[in-house]
Amino acid sequence: MSQSIALSHDAHPASRGLMRWIKTTNHKDIGTLYLLFSLIMFFVGGAMAMVIRAELYEPGLQFVNPGFYNQLVTLHGLIMVFGAVMPAFVGLANWMVPLMIGAPDMALPRLNNWSFWILPFAFTLLLLTLFLPGGGPEGGWTLYVPYSMELGYSFPFLIFAIHLMGISSVLGGINIIVTILNMRAPGMTLMKMPLFIWAWLITAYLLVAVMPVLAGGVTMQLFDHFFGTHFFSAAGGGSPLLWENVFWFFGHPEVYIMILPAFGIISEVVPTFSHKPLFGRTTMIYALASIAFLSFIVWGHHMFTSGMPVSADLFFMFSTMLIAVPTGVKIFNWVATMWKGALTFETPMLFAVAFIILFTVGGFSGVMLSLVPADFQYHNSYFVVAHIHYVLVTGAVFAIMAGVYYWLPKWTGHMYSEFWGKVHFWISVISVNVLYFPMHFLGLAGMPRRVPDYAVQFTNLNMISSIGGFVFGAAQLIFVAIIFTTIYGGKKAEARVWEGAHGLEWTVPSPAPYHTFSSPPEVAG
Amino acid sequence: MSASADSYYLPHGTPWSIFGSLGLFGFMLGAGLWIDGLNSVGPLVMGLGVLTLILTQFGWFGTVIRESESGVYNQQVDRTFRWAMVFFIFSEVMFFGAFFGTLFYARLFVVPWLGGASNMFFTHALLYPHYRALWPTNGPAHVGGTFSAMPPWGIPAINTLILLSSAVTVTLAHWALKAGHRRKVIAGLVATIALGVSFLLMQAHEYYHAYTHLNLTLHSGIYGATFFILTGFHGLHVTIGVIMLTVILIRVLRGHFTPEHHFAFEAASWYWHFVDIVWLGLFIFVYWL
Repeated sequence: MSQSIALSHDAHPASRGLMRWIKTTNHKDIGTLYLLFSLIMFFVGGAMAMVIRAELYEPGLQFVNPGFYNQLVTLHGLIMVFGAVMPAFVGLANWMVPLMIGAPDMALPRLNNWSFWILPFAFTLLLLTLFLPGGGPEGGWTLYVPYSMELGYSFPFLIFAIHLMGISSVLGGINIIVTILNMRAPGMTLMKMPLFIWAWLITAYLLVAVMPVLAGGVTMQLFDHFFGTHFFSAAGGGSPLLWENVFWFFGHPEVYIMILPAFGIISEVVPTFSHKPLFGRTTMIYALASIAFLSFIVWGHHMFTSGMPVSADLFFMFSTMLIAVPTGVKIFNWVATMWKGALTFETPMLFAVAFIILFTVGGFSGVMLSLVPADFQYHNSYFVVAHIHYVLVTGAVFAIMAGVYYWLPKWTGHMYSEFWGKVHFWISVISVNVLYFPMHFLGLAGMPRRVPDYAVQFTNLNMISSIGGFVFGAAQLIFVAIIFTTIYGGKKAEARVWEGAHGLEWTVPSPAPYHTFSSPPEVAG
Repeated sequence: MSASADSYYLPHGTPWSIFGSLGLFGFMLGAGLWIDGLNSVGPLVMGLGVLTLILTQFGWFGTVIRESESGVYNQQVDRTFRWAMVFFIFSEVMFFGAFFGTLFYARLFVVPWLGGASNMFFTHALLYPHYRALWPTNGPAHVGGTFSAMPPWGIPAINTLILLSSAVTVTLAHWALKAGHRRKVIAGLVATIALGVSFLLMQAHEYYHAYTHLNLTLHSGIYGATFFILTGFHGLHVTIGVIMLTVILIRVLRGHFTPEHHFAFEAASWYWHFVDIVWLGLFIFVYWL
């Protein structure tokens, strides 16, 4: 049905060259823009990480001064969260949501274009701060008061860049929610939606709910800094703790914004390569919703050592541990999906399996951190760095890579090189553990985070970690090479790229025509 | 640009969003340069940015209005706009939530803690032994000097009546639109806009009064900070609402909308009711309690 539509008269972009990409309202073009932007930011943030690891290779100060080191740490965090991981997921949503629900495009195509085109300007504003007198922001990506009150010229640009990212995310989130609620093909009831769609519906809701809270919070910082208010200073009856509460009320849902779409991707990839339907589909949906709900009532676990009353510590400890229940449901269901399946291990499946194992490692260290008395020891140490990188790199980033390999043939019409995909996977999965696993031990041994220098007894583990970091960074060049060689050539991909794949996106040809589902497909009852 | 009653309208390319982004970028870059005092071009860059944003709005909304009037939007597009507006207002609710949360956190936790409540005995005894935890407060350092709180039963109470009446007039206008009485629609909208503008004038007078007679300023500690950020952002949203209603009034005068097809009107009125409800929260928690 869709092949005939692909040949209609407006099957091509309305403009050519650069104007095509600036003016486009096509969800596939915008998805591509998001993904390329995210890839660039992944390397910008990654380059900062390389400098950080080079500096930490040995004790003492080698390459950068402590102030610039702190700027790198801060910008690395902000860029990876808002510039690399989030836009990658939004790019995947742009490409796949209309294809998976049988919609002709996103519900609000012009707004979709704007959501993307705000981002390059937001990051220009953020990176411009490096060239100001005094350099970029240094307080860490959490912008804690009173550090942030002492920032120099970079401060307003940092705040405004966050405002722009927030506008982009809220508009993008609204668009995705409306698309999913209003644009599904006839017969696709809510409970029949693919898990990736469910994950994104819930994620988009979180985006719309918490990005405005961050916007309000940084606005209060702007007022404290420039207009003489006292939101965050005790002298005027405010409190620095207020900022921590506002930030983490945003920040904890934010980390789930970065992991729920990953759960969605894994829930698509694992059944395909297990040649079995997803085990416990309905419970997977309820688990996603429970995690999203819990994300709003656990923010205090980032602040155990900040001096909250014991009753608050206890509440946040127990609510945090509760998250392990729905997350455990998801892990067990993925494993049960693989159980007695006809497993094949193409690159997306390898990344998915690595995700399940390594994300669980990150989950376990999360449970350790949720225990108040234990957290007093781990807090502000490399243990926290290890935890966040296990859940965000081997979690979110590995899931993004699984998704890219899974859908790349659908986007480009070509198969990627399975050999080089596997090379990329194995180098990445080994080096990433060399990179992050020693950080657990460093943290438990007492090495604090966010320092350019350290005591000599931490040298060996830091050297191992840095070597892993350099290899992991270099391995991502293979990823880029695979993506671009696949765009420009390779074996022709079929409509149903993977034998075990089901869903509407596999009913359209590869590459997916510029316009798909101009008249909606029927979804069987 | 094909569309019919049974297919979803899809635009092919848009020139507006890149101008919107450039406008936002100029706005923020200029504001940053200005506020930092880094470069004297700041205000100019900011002004150009804001101007670009305003022109973009004219172009973008103008395009959408023309498309709507030419009848290319079917029922499904209408549902899209409804859902989008619902979630946009939800995001605005959360934005105000941050400031209301700040107010409650300050009153329920921070101020009592500074006075020695909970486990903060030594904080109080050692740092601020003379501080008494009472609301309104400008904190232990008495920042901004002695001030008076804004009494609720003067201008704020009148403003409450104004906004509640405007909710009635905008609803009367909506009923009239559905019944096809165009004159009553215009009367209702004019009344709503007039009430909105009078609210803003009263609010401006209240700020003047606060600064000149009560010594209640942005510098008046946590009370002044929460007072001005909540009422200030609310006032900004009333202004946006008045602009929306004015656009709707102009469209009604030009003969737009039918008794069945008038979502822009409803969106503006939803927004107006949202602003109204936020005000009730303000009146109760900022002025009264």
